[in-house]
Amino acid sequence: MPAAKTIRAIGHRTINAVWRIGMATRFFFLILMYSGSSFRRFHLIIKELFSTGVMSLIIIVVAGLFVGMVLGLQGYETLKRYGSESALGVMVALGLVRELGPVVAALLFASRAGSAMTAEIGLMKATEQISAMEMMAVHPIARIVAPRFWAGIISMPLLAALFSAVGVFGGYFVGVVQIGVDEGSFWAQMQAAVDFEHDILNGVIKSFVFGTAVTVIALFEGYDAPPTAEGVSGATTRTVVTSSLAILMLDFILTAMMFGGS
Amino acid sequence: MERTGIDLWVGMFVVAGVAALVMLAMKVGNLGTYNVSDAYKVHAYFANVGGLKATASIKSAGVLVGRVESITLDTERYEAKVVMSIDKRYQFSRDTIGKILTSGLLGEQYIGLDAGGDTEMLKDGEQLKMTQSAMVLEDLVGKFLYSKAEEPAK
Repeated sequence: MPAAKTIRAIGHRTINAVWRIGMATRFFFLILMYSGSSFRRFHLIIKELFSTGVMSLIIIVVAGLFVGMVLGLQGYETLKRYGSESALGVMVALGLVRELGPVVAALLFASRAGSAMTAEIGLMKATEQISAMEMMAVHPIARIVAPRFWAGIISMPLLAALFSAVGVFGGYFVGVVQIGVDEGSFWAQMQAAVDFEHDILNGVIKSFVFGTAVTVIALFEGYDAPPTAEGVSGATTRTVVTSSLAILMLDFILTAMMFGGS
Repeated sequence: MERTGIDLWVGMFVVAGVAALVMLAMKVGNLGTYNVSDAYKVHAYFANVGGLKATASIKSAGVLVGRVESITLDTERYEAKVVMSIDKRYQFSRDTIGKILTSGLLGEQYIGLDAGGDTEMLKDGEQLKMTQSAMVLEDLVGKFLYSKAEEPAK
């Protein structure tokens, strides 16, 4: 019966997926439960902030600069048709603060820091460092996972803000310095159109949510990876794919909640 | 790397991130430009608000003096009730005229206030008596067509 076989395969996959989501949720709550001790040993978080946040700085800044410059160029080409080049600042700033800053920074973060987290934890598991810790009565979630989680959550909004800020300057550089859009109207219209709560704060909330999603996915994939070379490589790939999809889907939901119907 | 080196880099990273946020708030956003905390509210009825939205600016002689608080339809008069919050520093006479204007050809709509000559000033919760509605393109085209039709044929 090939039909029954297909249906059984679908069922198997569904159960697997639901099971993994449930495990990831339990994992998330476990991290929150064991977070207290990692705050008492704050230097662990600082060390992880260095490897997730500081090491991602260069890629974030360079990408932000180029995204802002491209926005400036493309925005100018389009706005020129309607004779409203002076709105270039608005377009660049709103595009970056609302969408591109949080989303692109999170995608870069997922591939730069998330994959590294997964590989690191997966390898720790494969070389039985995690079991060794358990044997020494050190809870691996409190010692390894929770500091990475908080480092990711702290660094993601900061990275997104840096991305947006650098991007605005990239747009300024192309629009005002290179093309010659009026500097006064570039900044003045931007300030008139960008609202602190509605645009900037919502962008920060977005990057916070993305940071949580990416780190939980990355840590879960690493912790759950089969302790083999293939298992770790597969988990790393899954981290990047799943967290990228999660970022884009969450972005749609958040955008609909924040900006839809207003 | 040494512990102090890591601390330094992380500190720089956090400071840079917070600085970027502050820069976004002040330079890109409107937090540095306008503060509505100290404001009084007046309302006005318009026959048609056109594309006016809440948070649209209120200007007098081109200077930003306040923001539109809310726009609702008053079902007793079937006119739009616009609540405006205006900065306390700017006092307007009671016969001030409120007009819905458009900045530029395709720009967004705002309320322009033309001060009158009354010696009494508007107080919190009072109403602007004289208003001028937004221009609606269809009405303008209609008026133009009528005036063309009334012209004697050449």
